[in-house]
Amino acid sequence: MLVRFAACYSPRVPAGTKPVFSNDQRHGQENAMIEVRQLSKRFGAIVAVDQVSFAVDRGGVVGFLGPNGAGKTTTIRILTCYHPATSGWATVGGHDVFTESMAVRRRIGYLPESAPLYPEMRVREFLQFRGKLRGMAAAQRTKAIERVAERCWLTEFIGRPIGQLSKGMRQRVGLADAIMHEPDVLILDEPTIGLDPAQIRETRKLIQQLGHDHTVLLSSHILSEVEQVCTRAIIIAMGRIVAQGAPQELRSQFSSTGRFSAEIKGPRAEVEKAIRALPAVAKVSTQEADVWLRLSIETKDQQDPREDVFRLVASKGWSLREIRVEGATLEDFFVKVTAEQQQRLRGRQDR
Amino acid sequence: MQNVPTVMRRELAAYFLSPIAYIVAAVFLLTAGLAFGLGTFRAGGEASLRPMFDGWIMVILVFVIPVLTMRLLAEEVRAGTIEMLMTAPVTEVDVVLGKFLGAYVYYLVLLVIMLVYPLILSFFGPVDGGLLACHYLGLLLLGALYISVGLFFSACTPHQMIAVLLSLAVLVLMTFASHALAQKVTGALRALLQQLSIRAHFMDFVRGLVDLNHVVFFLTTTVFFLFLTVKWLEMRRWR
Repeated sequence: MLVRFAACYSPRVPAGTKPVFSNDQRHGQENAMIEVRQLSKRFGAIVAVDQVSFAVDRGGVVGFLGPNGAGKTTTIRILTCYHPATSGWATVGGHDVFTESMAVRRRIGYLPESAPLYPEMRVREFLQFRGKLRGMAAAQRTKAIERVAERCWLTEFIGRPIGQLSKGMRQRVGLADAIMHEPDVLILDEPTIGLDPAQIRETRKLIQQLGHDHTVLLSSHILSEVEQVCTRAIIIAMGRIVAQGAPQELRSQFSSTGRFSAEIKGPRAEVEKAIRALPAVAKVSTQEADVWLRLSIETKDQQDPREDVFRLVASKGWSLREIRVEGATLEDFFVKVTAEQQQRLRGRQDR
Repeated sequence: MQNVPTVMRRELAAYFLSPIAYIVAAVFLLTAGLAFGLGTFRAGGEASLRPMFDGWIMVILVFVIPVLTMRLLAEEVRAGTIEMLMTAPVTEVDVVLGKFLGAYVYYLVLLVIMLVYPLILSFFGPVDGGLLACHYLGLLLLGALYISVGLFFSACTPHQMIAVLLSLAVLVLMTFASHALAQKVTGALRALLQQLSIRAHFMDFVRGLVDLNHVVFFLTTTVFFLFLTVKWLEMRRWR
């Protein structure tokens, strides 16, 4: 372990560079399928990825989350050996992506964004071709094609030219290609983009299943997708990692905001005024739904106004049919951390 | 290197699945047929392809081969399939050689079809087998060089049209213009331009002369352009 670590670490990081990771982060590196340290990629003056470090353990689905242009695809392309990093290093299954590129490529199944395939080939021909490129024997290929066709619901389309397939089906062909050699690591770049809702649901289900046998790194800019599918999320914005952890953890970091919603029946102006007058309440906004008013309430210092609201409604003779704590979503967290990141960067540029 | 046949077979299949290859074959056979019918196949002519090879075949190939090669890498880059290809365990050398051989095998098919012309001639008089073999050796070498140039420019741009025009320009320059240009200058530049003239190297094959000098010229220039293509593909990764 130490030998490999030293060998990978020494060539491209100048001596005396301080390791950025703490000891507890180091813990569990034996298990890491993907390891990225201090990775940067520049395109001319543009820094696409800026000193990114993270590790992905064996098994499970890890979400790589960020707004468009955050550096997700660039990082993924470095991991899949499509282009080299400007500095830093990355390993997949213990192999350096730069010095042991072929070993890495054999262990990875990669579905690029929008699944580019050869339109003139038939699905079976295409999978045969890809199997041959990976050095699979004929019998092994035939078996693998049968297996992945079934798994990706492609059996009935196996003889069709790819150019005639819909976007969703082509995505599945790409996925079938990515898993046909049973790779340790599966890297999927925005796998649900451009699919219809039914296909999205199917694809997510499939990805979850694939997480049982493979280590899956899934990039996405859709939060609900990551919350639904992933066991861990890594959030990247403007080329930097801004947060990582289980989706629930990330949400709990943010769930202590005092946000509540209530549905009350009563005269709108009066209700609003009375609620706003409560000592704990900071902000109220109202929506009308039939005769009911739906109020979103934000409180000062995370106080709980629910009892006060109830007493107020009861004393005025209005009706109350719902009052609840508004759970923070990952969305809130995401918007917050990316905004912070942008602000920090802007501040740095101003100086 | 074990992936070269895999890539080659895919390229070849792609040719036969796309209309462009059939159009290229039609145009090639039509123009070659015209050159044969009008130039060679006449009463009192000699029973060889020499009149056709004197100039026409080079003109035809200069236009036809860039169209044959334009797709090879430009389309991969435009469609994004290059990302799938270059993240599979294949090297740039595999890809370049495979694509080159795919186009070359297609070119060989055209050459085989062209054998009907000497066959027709053989009904009217004895065909010189040695001369014919010499012509075909020249064509094999010329085609390899043209395809490697076309492949290189196909790697340079994602636009097939630009790839065609660039390779056309370079091939016209190297085939027809460099000899004339050499007359206008002196010294080392003159020697260089004379050496670069594809036409000058090819004409000896037309005359029935196999000179190792020319064989080496065609082979090294082909390898040079293939090498450039490999390096260009490797360079793409860094951008």
